[in-house]
Amino acid sequence: MTSASIADSVKEKKTTALSSDLIGTLAIAVLGGAAYVVFPDDLGLLTRILAAAFFVLSLCLVTGICGIATLGHAVMYGAGAYAAGYFCVQGLTDPIALIVVGAMAGAVMGAVSGAIILRTSGLPQLVLSIALVQLMHAAANKASSITGGSDGLIGISPAPVLGLFAFDFYGRTAYLFGLVLLVCVFAVLQRLVRSPFGLLCRGIMQDRVRVAAMGVSVYPVLIRMYTISGAVAGIGGALIAIATGVVGLDSVSFAWSAEALVMLVLGGASSLYGALIGTVVFMTFEHFVSAASPFHWLAIVGALLIAVVLFLPKGLQSFPARFLVKLRGGRRDHSS
Amino acid sequence: MGAGRFEAIGLTAGYGATRVIEDVSFVVPPGGKLAVLGRNGVGKTTLLATLMGLTQRHAGRILLDDVVVSDLKTSARARRGMGYVPQTRDIFPSLSVDENLVVGLKGRPGNAVGEAYRLFPRLEERRLGTAAFLSGGEQQMLTTARSILGRPSVLLLDEPLEGLAPIICDELMAALEQLTAEKSMTVVLVEQQIERALAFADSALILERGRIAWSGETCELREQPHIIESLLGLQALGRHPASERLS
Repeated sequence: MTSASIADSVKEKKTTALSSDLIGTLAIAVLGGAAYVVFPDDLGLLTRILAAAFFVLSLCLVTGICGIATLGHAVMYGAGAYAAGYFCVQGLTDPIALIVVGAMAGAVMGAVSGAIILRTSGLPQLVLSIALVQLMHAAANKASSITGGSDGLIGISPAPVLGLFAFDFYGRTAYLFGLVLLVCVFAVLQRLVRSPFGLLCRGIMQDRVRVAAMGVSVYPVLIRMYTISGAVAGIGGALIAIATGVVGLDSVSFAWSAEALVMLVLGGASSLYGALIGTVVFMTFEHFVSAASPFHWLAIVGALLIAVVLFLPKGLQSFPARFLVKLRGGRRDHSS
Repeated sequence: MGAGRFEAIGLTAGYGATRVIEDVSFVVPPGGKLAVLGRNGVGKTTLLATLMGLTQRHAGRILLDDVVVSDLKTSARARRGMGYVPQTRDIFPSLSVDENLVVGLKGRPGNAVGEAYRLFPRLEERRLGTAAFLSGGEQQMLTTARSILGRPSVLLLDEPLEGLAPIICDELMAALEQLTAEKSMTVVLVEQQIERALAFADSALILERGRIAWSGETCELREQPHIIESLLGLQALGRHPASERLS
């Protein structure tokens, strides 16, 4: 094979990947736009789904791509939410600036918490992550002069987006603002997971000794990904603070971390699309089933999760491929 | 990377308190090829793992280009120019062939994977396929190719031919010959196929119960069949038709 043909084939592969990324991102934009039109009375729920989507995407980066076990991811989401809320109350009301503040707070919290929990792996790592979120929860409760404690941080009223689009009672601006953010962040994350850095992270998940034998220091790579993940979670936190005008202790809770993990497993842990699908299905399911059966909805969610894990171990995102295989009545050709 | 002079001095190592290799010393000059031979369980794989920093070292030193590397972590040794192809065919199974190679680029431009495809054209045909579904030989080629993309000055190969069909062994050994000739790379090869190992290497050492039982030039070893018989067993010579080349 000549250098020219190798360069051509690499270029061709990059073009194919770019096309599929572009199609995926456009599909999210179209589906999000359609939801805006079809469910105009549920924009509050849809905005919460968008904020949760950032959170679950962020968890996907560390758990699905790097194989880091965590049940304390809400520290980064909460940091973003409280930082954005606090700065807004203090007078920084531009929503885009607040999103940046949230991302930075999440990234800092990601770097700090990552530096601690990534020293270990497996069960100790899981326990450390739980300890961190419980500590942060207690700290947020204690620091009531900043966070509002158990009453929540209130009085968050952001200025219009770009000075033009005010946040309205129906949540139209908040939803569209969140959707644009999600489309942009998703496009960036797609590039990230396909990049050599993203592939390296996947390699670490599969065998970190192997990666070390290639000359890579695993710990700094994981810290970097944890920090990026923190920024993404922080954006979700900032979005919910802007959209709802309040930040509660639940944003930095163990329960919220665990729910995010459930959403990720439901959709498919190793895929960004899986993270989105899991979020949409879980949040919608929770919304409607909890209204219909307030006392039993968790049992129904549990049954759904068991069914998915047993019959679709790679999550709901793998359903179309498995369905097609069943339809063809044969095994999938994995070789290409 | 440096020239690739590679040396072990009095190396004693194992797993935890258990010592598997004892007082192993050797020198491989830049561009030299050393074959590490011995029966099963004598510590060949442990020796390579120790050179790479993957076991508990109790005593001894490892030097690369006269710099002590034995106190460095595995990743730091690799960055200093040591490449390792373990026995277990260390691919990343869920990644494609292309992606496996990109991971090994260490910041080099993406089209550098072409080096790997020139060496192993068979991989180029499967470049978009998932690595988990490659044949054993292809997986071995992929692991080797990924290692060389990091431009090591010393390459440690642990039984690269294990379980491969003779035709694939020929292909792999030809690629290794080409590679070492082009890059003047120092190689330490652990191999059970004695004939192929001796045909490839300039020098050899034979391990027996974790210690060096014999070391010298491969041409000397060929002239001493009683050593091969006593330390490696006659059966080892009879496994492959290429054993005729020994005589």
